[in-house]
Amino acid sequence: MISGLSYWIFGRLEWSDLLIKSNAIATGASCMVVIVAIAIVALLTWTGRWGWLWREWLTSLDHKRIGIMYIVISFIMMARAIAEAMVMRTQQAMAAGGGTDLVGAEHFGQLFTTHGTVMIFFVAMPFLSGLINYLLPLQIGARDLSFPFMNAVGLALTWAGAVLIMVSLTVGDFSTGGWSAYPPFTELAFSPGEGVDYWIWSVTLTGIGTTLTGINFAVTIYKERCPGMHLMRMPLFCWTALCTAILIVFALPPLTVASSLLALDRYLDFHFFTNGSGGNMMNYANLFWLFGHPEVYILILPAFGVWSEVISTFSGKRLYGYRSLVLATMCIAVLSFTVWMHHFFTMGQSANVNAAFGFATMLIGIPTGVKVYDWILTMYRGRIRFSAPMLFAITFLFSFVVGGLSGILLSNAPTDFAMHNSLFLVAHFHNMLIPGTLFGFIAGYMYWFPKAFGFRLDERWGRIAWGLWTAGFFAAFAPLYSLGLMGAMRRTSQTYDPAYEPFLYVALVGAALLFAGFVALVVQLVVSTRHRDRLAVPIGDPWDGRALEWFTPSPPPEWNFARLPQVECIDAFAREKREGDPYAPQDGDYADIEMPRNTGLPTLIGMAGIACAFGLVWHIWWMAIVGFVAMWGFLVARSFESRTTRTIPAATVREANEAWLSRARMARAVPREIEFTAANTGRAEPLA
Amino acid sequence: MSAGKNLHPGINIGHVDPGAHRAAEPVIFGFWVFLMSDLVIFALLLATYAAMSVHGIAGGPTPAQVADLPSAAIETGLLLLSSFTMSLATVALKYRPGRAHLRRWLAVTAVLGLAFVGMEAWDFAKLAGQGAVPQRSGFLSAHFTLLGTHALHVSAGLVWMAVLAFQLGRTELEDLVRLRIMRLALFWHLLDVVWIAILTFVFLFGAVG
Ligand SMILES: [Cu+2]
Repeated sequence: MISGLSYWIFGRLEWSDLLIKSNAIATGASCMVVIVAIAIVALLTWTGRWGWLWREWLTSLDHKRIGIMYIVISFIMMARAIAEAMVMRTQQAMAAGGGTDLVGAEHFGQLFTTHGTVMIFFVAMPFLSGLINYLLPLQIGARDLSFPFMNAVGLALTWAGAVLIMVSLTVGDFSTGGWSAYPPFTELAFSPGEGVDYWIWSVTLTGIGTTLTGINFAVTIYKERCPGMHLMRMPLFCWTALCTAILIVFALPPLTVASSLLALDRYLDFHFFTNGSGGNMMNYANLFWLFGHPEVYILILPAFGVWSEVISTFSGKRLYGYRSLVLATMCIAVLSFTVWMHHFFTMGQSANVNAAFGFATMLIGIPTGVKVYDWILTMYRGRIRFSAPMLFAITFLFSFVVGGLSGILLSNAPTDFAMHNSLFLVAHFHNMLIPGTLFGFIAGYMYWFPKAFGFRLDERWGRIAWGLWTAGFFAAFAPLYSLGLMGAMRRTSQTYDPAYEPFLYVALVGAALLFAGFVALVVQLVVSTRHRDRLAVPIGDPWDGRALEWFTPSPPPEWNFARLPQVECIDAFAREKREGDPYAPQDGDYADIEMPRNTGLPTLIGMAGIACAFGLVWHIWWMAIVGFVAMWGFLVARSFESRTTRTIPAATVREANEAWLSRARMARAVPREIEFTAANTGRAEPLA
Repeated sequence: MSAGKNLHPGINIGHVDPGAHRAAEPVIFGFWVFLMSDLVIFALLLATYAAMSVHGIAGGPTPAQVADLPSAAIETGLLLLSSFTMSLATVALKYRPGRAHLRRWLAVTAVLGLAFVGMEAWDFAKLAGQGAVPQRSGFLSAHFTLLGTHALHVSAGLVWMAVLAFQLGRTELEDLVRLRIMRLALFWHLLDVVWIAILTFVFLFGAVG
C-alpha cells in the first residue's frame, strides 16, 4: 500500500503507472504520445514559436481562430481513434482463426472505449464546433459570436478533456466500460482502477465546454443577424447550427448529471446505479441516452447543413425545398428527444413502452427522407461539378439511405432483440456516423478551407482521399452487417466461429483503407500548403458561393465585414452577383470597429481544468482543489477586467476593404470549367 | 431603434440609452438560455429523486421519515423572502441613483441566503446523526444530491454577491455590474422556483407518504 505522506502528495499515482503497459502495442502508443509531445515542444522552442502560439492563437478570442483550433484538435484525435480501430480489427481478424491474441481482452476493452469516446467527444464534437464557430458569424453577417470570451473557455475545456484522454494513454489505464460507461460495470466494485475516472472527468470537462458553446451559438443566431437576415433567409447551415445549439442546451445537461452521479457513486459511495442498496442501473441508462440520442443529431445536423451548402453550390442551383429542409431539421431536433429508449429495448421495460419508442424512432425517417429528396432534387438539372466535397456528398446520399434502412430495422423492438448486441448494430451506427457526419465534416473542411486560409486544397489528393474513404467505409462496415446477422457479438476481442474470419479480414482491409484515407487528407494538406501560391484565392469566392461568407476576402479580416451587410433575400450574395456587381464601390462612411482584446485567461482555465481533473482521477486532492479554485478564480479575475475590447480605426478598415474590392474588380471571373486551375484567384464566374 | 421603446422586460436600466440596450440584450437573453440548461439538471435530479424515493429505499428511512416539515417551512420562508429582497435590490438599481439602497438590499438578501444554506446544513447534520447518510440507500443518495445541488447553487449565488459587492464601487465596471446584478436576480429567482418544486416533491409528498 501507499504510505501516508506519499498518498497526500501523489495520491494513488505510482511509478508503475507510468509509460509501461500491459502489452507491446499499448506501451508503444504510450511512448509515442510522450515522443510526439516532446517533439512538439522541441519544435516550438527550436523555431522560437512559443510567443507566436501564445499571442496569435492561445490568447485569441477571434471566432475564426477558435474554429480552426477546434478542427486541429479534431484531426489530431482522429488519427488516434482510427489507429485504435485498426488495432481492434486486426485483433478480431487474427483471433477468429484461433490465432494469437494481439492485444488481449483488457486492452481491447480500453480500445473500444477510447475509440468511441474519442470519436464522439473529441473528433466529431470539436469538428462541428469548429465549423460552426468559423462560419456562423460570417454567414449571418456578424462580426463575432455573442460571447467571445465564453467561446474561448468552451474551446479550453474541450482541449482540456482531450489532453486528459491523451494523458491516460501514458499515465495509468483508461476505462473498459465502453463509451457509454454503463454501471454497474463502471462502479467501483467492478472497475476499481482509475480508468472510469478518466472517462468521467474528460467527458465532464468537454461536456461543460460544449454546453457553453451551444448557448453561445443559439444566442448569436437569435441576436446577431445582420439587417434583413430574417430567420427564413439564413443559409441552411445556420439553421442546422441553430437546431444543434438548441439540442446542446437541452441534451448536454443529462450527460453532466449522469457522469456526476456516477462520480458520486465511485468517490463517495453513493447508490445511484449500484447493484445493491437501492441503486438502479436503469437510472443511468435513461440519463445517458437522454443525452446520447439527441447527441447523434447534434453530430449529424451540422453535416446536413454542410451537404445543403455543398450540393447547392456545386450544382449551381439554389437549394430545392428550402422551407421543407428547415422544417425537417426542426422536426428531427424535436423527435430526437422522444426516442432515447430505443437504446435499451432489451433492458426490461414493457412491450407497450418499446412499441411507443419504436414508433417514434421510425418517424424520424420521414423528415430525413424529405431531406434526401430535397438534395437529390437540388442536383436535378443542375450544372454539377464533381469536386471532392461533391463526391463525398454523393457517397453520402447512397450510403446514408442504407444506414437509415438498417436503423428502421433496429427500431422494431422484436428485431432489435435479435440484433442488439451484435456487430449489426456496430455496422448501423458507423453507417450513419461516417458518411452522415464525418464525410460531411470532411467535405465542409475542403469546401471552406480556401475561405479560412486563402488557398484551395489540392483537388487530386482530395479525390484520392474520397476514393479511399469511400472504399474503406464500404469494406469496413458492409461485412459487419453480415457478421451481425451471423451472430458475431460486438465488444468481444475474440470470436470462435471460423466462418467469421474472411469477413473480419475484409473489414480489416477496410479499416486500413480508412486510415489511408486519413493519410491522404494529411498529404493533401501538405501538398496544398507547399503550392499555396498557385492555389491562392485571396479574393474569396472560388466556387461561386451563394451565402455571405463568400463575400469576404480569404482569409477574412478579423472584423469579417467592413460594413455589416444588408440582406433582402435567401442567397443574397448569389443574387447580388447575378443582378449587379457586389464588388462595386460603395458609398457611405466606414466606422470604427470594436473587437475583443486578447486574453490568456481561457487557456489558464483549461490548464486549471486539467489539473483539477487529473487530481481527481488519481486522488491527488490538493491538486484537485487547487485546480478547481483556480478555474473559478480566473473567471472572477475576468469579471474585474473593464477594458475587454479594442478599437480598430475606420481608416484601417477602409484601407483594407478598398484594397480588396479594387483587387476583386480587377480580377476576371473564371468560368467553371477551369475553376480548379491556377487561373481561379477567388472569383468564379456566376451562372448566367 | 426608438429610445423610449420597452425593448426587453427588465433591461431598461436607469437612463435610456439605445446603445446600452443593444449591448444588454444578448447578455440577458443568453443568461435565460443558460438558466434553461441549468433547469434541465434540476428536472433530471427531481426525476431521479422521484424514481429513487419509491424504488431506492433499500430498507432504510422512507421519505416520510426524512421530511422535516417545520424546517422546510422556515427554509421556504427564508428563500421566498430573499427573493423579495432581491427584487427590492433590482428596483433600487433601477430607480435609486445612489448605491446605498442597492447595497443594503443585496446585503439583506445575502444574509437570508446564508441563513437558508445554514438551515440546510443543519438539516443534513441532523439526518446524518440519525444514520440517514447518503451512503445508506439510493433514496438518500438522491435526497442529498438534489438538495445539495440546490444548496450549492445558492452558495454560488452568495459568492457571486460577494464579488459584486466588491465591484459595486468601481466606476469603470458600472455598466457591467448593472447587468450582472440583473442576471444574479434572475438566477436567484430561478432557485426559488426550483425550491418550490423541491418543497412539493420532497417535503409535501414525503409528509403525505
Ligand atoms: Cu438513438
